[in-house]
Amino acid sequence: MKYVIIGNSAAGIGAVEGIRKIDKQGEIVIITSESHHTYSRPLISYLLQGKTTRTKMRYRPDSFYKDNNCKLLHDTVTKIHANEKRVVLQSKDSVNYDKLLVATGSSAFNPPLFESVSNKHNFITLDDACGLADSLTSESRVLIVGAGLIGLKCAEGILSRVKTVTVADIAERILSAILDESSSEIVQSHLESKGIEFKLACALTPNELSNYDIIVVAAGVRPNIALLEGIADIDKGIIVNTKSETSAKGIYAAGDCTQSVDVSTGESKIMALLPNAYMQGETAGINMAGGNATTEETIPMNAVGLCGLHIITAGNYTGEVSNVGNNRFYCNDTQLNGYILIGDIKQAGVYTNLIRKKRALSDKQEVLKYESKIV
Amino acid sequence: MKRVYINEKWCLGCRLCEYYCAFAEKRHEYNNMALALKDTLISPRIRVEEYGDITFAVNCRRCEEPLCVKSCITGALTADGIDKDRCVSCCTCILACPFGAVSLVDNVIKRCDLCNGEPLCVKACPNNALVFEDRRCV
Amino acid sequence: MINYIYPEYEIIRNPDKCISCGVCVRQCANEVHENINKTNKVICDDSKCVNCHRCAVLCPTRAIKIVKSGNTYRENANWNCKTIDEIYKQAQSGGVLLSGMGNPENYPVYFDKILLNASQVTNPSIDPLREPMETRVFLGKRPDDIMRESNGKLINNLPPQLPLSMPIMFSAMSYGSISYNAHESLARAAAQLGILYNTGEGGLHEDFSKYGKNTIVQVASGRFGVHVGYLNAGAAVEIKMGQGAKPGIGGHLPGTKIVGDISRTRMIPEGSDAISPAPHHDIYSIEDLRQLVFSLKEATQYKKPVIVKIAAVHNITAIASGIARSGADIIAIDGFRGGTGAAPTRIRDNVGIPIELALASVDKRLRDEGIRRNVSIVVGGSIRSSADIVKAVALGADCVYIGSSALMAMGCHLCRNCHAGRCNWGIATQVPELVKRLNPDIGSKRLVNLLTAWRHEIKEMMGLMGINSIETLKGNRLMLRGVGLNEKELQILGIKHAGE
Repeated sequence: MKYVIIGNSAAGIGAVEGIRKIDKQGEIVIITSESHHTYSRPLISYLLQGKTTRTKMRYRPDSFYKDNNCKLLHDTVTKIHANEKRVVLQSKDSVNYDKLLVATGSSAFNPPLFESVSNKHNFITLDDACGLADSLTSESRVLIVGAGLIGLKCAEGILSRVKTVTVADIAERILSAILDESSSEIVQSHLESKGIEFKLACALTPNELSNYDIIVVAAGVRPNIALLEGIADIDKGIIVNTKSETSAKGIYAAGDCTQSVDVSTGESKIMALLPNAYMQGETAGINMAGGNATTEETIPMNAVGLCGLHIITAGNYTGEVSNVGNNRFYCNDTQLNGYILIGDIKQAGVYTNLIRKKRALSDKQEVLKYESKIV
Repeated sequence: MKRVYINEKWCLGCRLCEYYCAFAEKRHEYNNMALALKDTLISPRIRVEEYGDITFAVNCRRCEEPLCVKSCITGALTADGIDKDRCVSCCTCILACPFGAVSLVDNVIKRCDLCNGEPLCVKACPNNALVFEDRRCV
Repeated sequence: MINYIYPEYEIIRNPDKCISCGVCVRQCANEVHENINKTNKVICDDSKCVNCHRCAVLCPTRAIKIVKSGNTYRENANWNCKTIDEIYKQAQSGGVLLSGMGNPENYPVYFDKILLNASQVTNPSIDPLREPMETRVFLGKRPDDIMRESNGKLINNLPPQLPLSMPIMFSAMSYGSISYNAHESLARAAAQLGILYNTGEGGLHEDFSKYGKNTIVQVASGRFGVHVGYLNAGAAVEIKMGQGAKPGIGGHLPGTKIVGDISRTRMIPEGSDAISPAPHHDIYSIEDLRQLVFSLKEATQYKKPVIVKIAAVHNITAIASGIARSGADIIAIDGFRGGTGAAPTRIRDNVGIPIELALASVDKRLRDEGIRRNVSIVVGGSIRSSADIVKAVALGADCVYIGSSALMAMGCHLCRNCHAGRCNWGIATQVPELVKRLNPDIGSKRLVNLLTAWRHEIKEMMGLMGINSIETLKGNRLMLRGVGLNEKELQILGIKHAGE
């Protein structure tokens, strides 16, 4: 059995570990466009901040590929010939496969406004981070476009290295994808107190851009789906089931390039999160090797630290909201739908589990009682 | 693999396990519990939960499919332990652990390490509510 | 009314050692310790303390000790502090003083005035680590004669016997006076050790029927929980005529304790007081007793020995002689220091006689009358160590009953507040959160440990006397010498003074 994995990040690594749980012998080829040992993408902001190093941010030990007997190709897949079970590489070589995993991740979205801007950076890959780091000086005035997780982690990462950091967004509030309004305010004022400036609800003009030395475009990401166009079902991302199978036989997909069902709402959506990527990848690996695994109970969830403030969120924010300090719990009559914990994050996983398992609450105050007990 | 099991039928809610856990972390500095824990707020890796009359201790279950490990963004957290050097305290493990058994204390992630195979909480339990056993079927 | 009584004990908390973990606060059922609101400090109310040591034992830093309160009345050799306090207590309550466990007063302990012999030069001692030592005993009536068929074949005319791996049994403690977990601990330990435990008068909980081989079922004056299944569930049946802690009076388990399983096991309605009458109302003579003995034998097809338990009182020899002729297989004698879950203090502390004297005189009387083989003798009432057992056997006992020592093995600290029902060690209580404090895994293990240790010591003591079977020691008073005893005491004990 020959396995080909496109992508060398969490999902790809998960797949290798999944395959090796079942099949110790089969040939594994990992193809990555990047020139690095597998690394943890979310750590690039910690790298700029000096909290990790390029060595420490390796997602698996140096001996990982050897230990798992897999071959790493630093090349880019340009086309998949599904009928022939073959992928074509930029180097014009091609690689045959029995089972294929597409774990291509996502790429930065660059709005048209920034097309002609010369001093701009993205903040997705290690190369992005290194490029940005090289251009920073202590006199830099930096504009970060996008007050999402990537933009804010970038802001935190470079804050101490530059003169000013301004974060702009069309949205009225920061982290609008993972926080509700009142939580956004708390986090924003915390970040402001640490020296980050915000320009919210603002449409940037080319003129304004000239006030900044460096521009980081963090205006969202788009899943890398091109390889499977015409081969498998695609909506916003590559559609996968709980076994990480695409609609094309023998082709699996995992991680940020996919979309799957959020059990907290029942909607199919992209949930670009490292834990989900790893678990989907591992599931794909086990199934590719003939095992039987599923990734159940996927929900949107995030754990992020911003300038010393820890934030954990999960689920969706519908139903009735209750506050315990800065923590917010969204429940309906029978279950917990979502939560936002700011600062006091202990035992968050207990709530995550309540949402994932759709566990019925004996009464809707149970979560709050639970919370008050452990304070 | 042996792990700490809790039998709530015998748990008295005395919380000695919590204090011995806190002591276990400081044993390399102090050989005396009073010195180690005097005037400190403890943050043990084992916690006693109370629901009405029922009390029971919760700590790392040594899951066969550990969500904390799978969720770790750095690869620092493995089934065996935490590479403190690589951990960036992102707390994704806390987000993931369904038992609330991972915690962040002074910006360091903590999880039960079984005290190198001799868990002090088990030794300290006055009523055998905590036992260190291998119950998994082979 | 002003409470005149100053707390008897004082809890000393070492502030350098206290880490404010709150274990004492959570573990004291008497609510002695309390966290000061929203601070880390713990304070205690000495007046509620019964000195059970639960906090002192569980305190992880040993920050707590309990001492006798230094507060004292003006010295008076006649009116001591305890006497004065008891007067204050009764003047306030108007009630009978109640106490738990055995008589704590300063009467002579004859076991402590008796010394054992050892072999030197002219007779060899035996090393129990190298040579077999027999501690097994059989309790029951011995046949009068060896009987043979006409062809010379031996007729088995042996009455039912109780085989024990060592001459020790757990004495009667009812389910009700002690907890389910305490009973389970005793039953499991008895099974593991090859000895017997005793249900007491509270009936047999259905869960423990599997320990039947190791169970003595008791029939007391209240006849609680007695039915034919119960009588046949155990290895022997004991008729309780009296108890050393309260000879001549009955028992009273308040209705508040008659709940759930206890009410079912005792076969009385929930909430009704369980009152055991002072006498058995069908027994006014040895002849009446004989009727009950044989009723019980009929009910158990003559397969189970019947024990008659009496308190050691003044005319014990005559009573024992009567019992030995009543058909009973075993006489159990409970000395005046025997324990209890609750007894009127005055009765516990002033009625009965020491077990050593009762045993010696009963053994002698039955021998003199030639009826010693009619019965085995079991003695109880403060058997505190293996040495007490060896001395009791040498004074003529076949076996001993232990109660208080067994409770101590399970955690009892002799605070003597059993009657309050809030035993912090989970023994003398029916409060579920207190009962669970005694895990029978631990309780039975500690009981097994204690008796295993005692058995080792018994073998050592037998060995040094040059005796390799406990039966050979029985009634062997030459192995005993008295110290500091007067002629009369020596005569009753049937032993010589040391040096003689």
